[in-house]
Amino acid sequence: MRAALARLIDWPFEALQRALGAARMPYVFVLPNLLVFGIFVVLPMLLNIWYATTSGAELMPGQRPFTGLANFAELLDCGNYLNVASCRQDRFWRSVDNTLWFVAFQVITMVVLSLITALVLNRKMALRGFFRAVFFYPVLLSPVVVALIWKWILQPDGVLNAILVANGGQRVPFLLDPSWSFFWTVVVSVWAHMGFYVLILLAGLQAIPPDLYEAAAMDGTPQWRVFWRITLPLLMPNMAVVLVLGLIRAVQAFDEIYVLTGGGPGTATQYIVQYIYETAFAGQVHIMGLAAAASMLVGGVLLVLTLLQLLASARAKQ
Amino acid sequence: MIRFLTRRRGNWTDWLSWGWMIFGTLAMFVPVLWLVLSSFKTQSALQEFPPSLWPTGQKQIVVTGYDKPLPVFTVPLPDGGTAERAMVRRIGIELQVIDPAVPDAPLRRVKLAEAVPVRELHFAIENYLEPLEKFSFGRYLSNSLIVTITATAITLLINAMCAFALSKYEFRGRNGIFIFIVSTLMIPITVILVPAFLVVTQLNLGNSLWGVILPPAATPTGVFLLRQYMLTIPDELMDAARMDHASEWRLFWRIVLPLAAPALAVLTIFSIVWRWNDFLWPLIVLNREDVFTLQLGLASFQGELQTQWHYLLAMTVVTLVPVSVVFAFLQKYITTGIASSGMK
Amino acid sequence: MKTLFRRTIMAGAAMLALPLLAAAPARAATELRIMWYSDANEGDVMRDLLDRFEKANPDIKVVLDRVPYKTITDNLPALVSSGQAPDMARVTDLGGQSSYYLNLTPYLKDKAYWETNFKDVLPWVRPAGETDGVYGLMTQLTITMPIVNETLFQQAGIPLPGPTATWDDWAKAAKAVAAKLNVPIPIAIDRSGHRIAGPAISYGAKFFSADGQPALVDDGLKTMARKIYDWHKDGVMSKAIWGSVGGAAYRGANEEFSNGQVVLYMSGSWQFGQFAKTVGDGFDWHGVPNPCGPAGCSGMPGGAGLVAYKTSKHPAEIGKLMDYLASEPVYAEFHARTLFLTAHKGLMAKGISYAADKPQIKKSLDAAFANVKALSPVAFQLQGYRLNRVLFTPLTVRLNQAISGEMSLDDAFTRMTQDMQDGLKAAGAK
Repeated sequence: MRAALARLIDWPFEALQRALGAARMPYVFVLPNLLVFGIFVVLPMLLNIWYATTSGAELMPGQRPFTGLANFAELLDCGNYLNVASCRQDRFWRSVDNTLWFVAFQVITMVVLSLITALVLNRKMALRGFFRAVFFYPVLLSPVVVALIWKWILQPDGVLNAILVANGGQRVPFLLDPSWSFFWTVVVSVWAHMGFYVLILLAGLQAIPPDLYEAAAMDGTPQWRVFWRITLPLLMPNMAVVLVLGLIRAVQAFDEIYVLTGGGPGTATQYIVQYIYETAFAGQVHIMGLAAAASMLVGGVLLVLTLLQLLASARAKQ
Repeated sequence: MIRFLTRRRGNWTDWLSWGWMIFGTLAMFVPVLWLVLSSFKTQSALQEFPPSLWPTGQKQIVVTGYDKPLPVFTVPLPDGGTAERAMVRRIGIELQVIDPAVPDAPLRRVKLAEAVPVRELHFAIENYLEPLEKFSFGRYLSNSLIVTITATAITLLINAMCAFALSKYEFRGRNGIFIFIVSTLMIPITVILVPAFLVVTQLNLGNSLWGVILPPAATPTGVFLLRQYMLTIPDELMDAARMDHASEWRLFWRIVLPLAAPALAVLTIFSIVWRWNDFLWPLIVLNREDVFTLQLGLASFQGELQTQWHYLLAMTVVTLVPVSVVFAFLQKYITTGIASSGMK
Repeated sequence: MKTLFRRTIMAGAAMLALPLLAAAPARAATELRIMWYSDANEGDVMRDLLDRFEKANPDIKVVLDRVPYKTITDNLPALVSSGQAPDMARVTDLGGQSSYYLNLTPYLKDKAYWETNFKDVLPWVRPAGETDGVYGLMTQLTITMPIVNETLFQQAGIPLPGPTATWDDWAKAAKAVAAKLNVPIPIAIDRSGHRIAGPAISYGAKFFSADGQPALVDDGLKTMARKIYDWHKDGVMSKAIWGSVGGAAYRGANEEFSNGQVVLYMSGSWQFGQFAKTVGDGFDWHGVPNPCGPAGCSGMPGGAGLVAYKTSKHPAEIGKLMDYLASEPVYAEFHARTLFLTAHKGLMAKGISYAADKPQIKKSLDAAFANVKALSPVAFQLQGYRLNRVLFTPLTVRLNQAISGEMSLDDAFTRMTQDMQDGLKAAGAK
């Protein structure tokens, strides 16, 4: 039965190959993905450009008056770029500033912790399968659930404060103090996503041929040297994946933080996607143009960064 | 005991590893456990500080002569001791209490501040039963299953095909396509919600499950992940098969796909998780109850001014169960998959 | 065994796939769809009432789509402006989308009944410039007002301030109670511009300039904003409410209040039903008259309305349904069972026998009715203004930034005005 099923799937593609020739088959393979991608991602992105260069609150693209680069000009209108308060759209710049700090802390923390965890999980120890599952489990939770859980823990009336008070401590305003709040957004975001990156690094570690380690052990190479000379270099491709994906996800951090802190206190944990979302949705008047322009600015910067990173890792490989 | 500890060379990294694993287990599981326990608390118990670990409620007792069960408090006695008394009514800051053993005795007055409620374990299973009765839970569940399964199948197929072409062929436009797909990794779906919604409604996919399934199917992450993995599969295997006149599709379906199983398993888990938990996009596309997914059903406990936390938490736990079960199975597969894939 | 397993899976897959392929089921009767969000039990009560309507009108089927509130705020406007609106919806942004509402007048049996009984609230749902016509039915009238924990006052031995007490009097009393009993939050105010608009009006805020244009910042608003700012400084208000979220997000203090940690909670009439449940016999609480200022003792009216959209193909059936829901017994039942305040003049005069036996609720509802009577005309004008959230959101966001120490109060006022103008400009209003 399985063979029959396989033949059923094979047949149209083999017919296609006969009709088009083997050289054109790659295009057949990329087509379905590109089609879905084109309709549901590229087309909206093009529409987004139209939104960014028009103004008003109308949703239908045809009803929006064209204003050229006015939205971009408004976003970039600052008296002094080192002082957010001097900017016309101060909340945009505040969120850019917050996002930079968040990305720096979050990505570094996550990469280091994921690497440590992957190294430990790669050891031959009892319960390894169980521990692997443990670290991955939070990845399964929806962002809303993640935020809910931590809110119950961190709020002034939450468990953590109850434990502090029970041990004779003072209540700490975990989500009311800007620094604490920032700290917890990093922790929660690492908690929720780390498992994914551990998995990628673990796959890389397992792919390192054991005979390399055996050879090193015979030479009596110290462990830290083995790590720097063998493990880390061979893990680089996976590290690159972790870095790129981690960076991108960090910049896009939104859901769980939005539910957890709402960007507060004040604007201390308001990151860029929240600015875009709130400008486009939260007000009674949806200022789509400004939001679209902001998203293009951010997207552009990220694109350049990622391409540089890919280029660098490609060169490193050569 | 000492022999056990010193049996092996005292490798400090072992201890560190175990410490990290145990810390990790606590850090990862305790918060979730807390959620599960909380979901059994009544609406008022949820709002208490300090919160109790176990779901508790005030002890109630039936006293002869009173229709309803009465709440029980620990109150001070005139002789300096304390005893459990049932509260008949409260007037301002005074309670009128009665000894349940002597229901005929006259009521005694006790200061509110001096009475401590007596608590006992109480699981509010009604948090689970009521929404299951009132809401079309079965419908939401089947919608969620349809979306998750169909979308995952489609995602796996088209992403794998695309990754295969990008990793195993030289063709014009290859790098362009790859860079283009990767560059869209950067665009948070949140910022193109409105235009994407417009496209979906123009295609008449609004309020249809296809409108939820298709748009996020061509995931850049999936293509990226699979391509990176397929690059590590040696081309020689394919060349050998080509000698045997296998079609390009067969190379993909019979050789590369099975070898890419670990990466596919990773993507499967991810797709399932993404789709099962997806909220913002279905929220935009679906607004009829008969096409709602579980996450949307959950969100409808959130009103403008109030949230019915007790239902929300309980139903959240219910939605956690299937993912956890699926994960428990696939997790094993991944572990063995990675180990036995013969990665070079 | 293996084949059986595979077959089961195949059958399961086929069953799952079926709904994807199946077309919409054939409909014998006219189907009306209502997009409805719920704060508490109102969805269940509405479904009950609709079941009875369906029984009496077998040719009309009413589907009640219970959606998250987010669908109403974020998604419905997009649906409406792209021509995909449902037949009817329960909305809180009464004016913002009013140009899309269906004028129900031609389909109603007795327009006069509507006009006499809903005189004050009908303008809220009328499109800009309209002065006549019925465009919707208020499902709920709300009024912002403080709720106090009376037991705390009794325990502290401090009397409740009287009906003409000012906000300062209340702040002083609440602070004294909190200090005596070690309660963390003397006054909590919902994190919402709408909630501070009432007190601001009592202190002279006008919200509109002399020529009727929206003008957010004036001396009255500044006075109240400064009070709130100062209250956060000297501990009368807790940052736990305004500081715990950012942006425009709403944050209530329900939990803190029902936990006995708040002396006075400025929220609104919609809390009564919930507190009856969560507070239980824990302490005595009830709504009180809105505190006063030099310009009155006002709260803000508000509420949700059931509206229909022009794009609906069944206006006649909608009219029938609206008539049914607005009819006195049905309307009275809906409010009695949901503990909502009614917007219906006749019922207001008669009184509704609410389905709650708690004296606290009775007392609170009485206070709420008194508060409705004390509403300033400015409050009605502001609530009826189509783009009022363009004023409320900046008020929340910027005042919050000042409270969190990110900017001075004066800068916050400047930014509020600027944000409001941006919003108005985008909306095409001057």
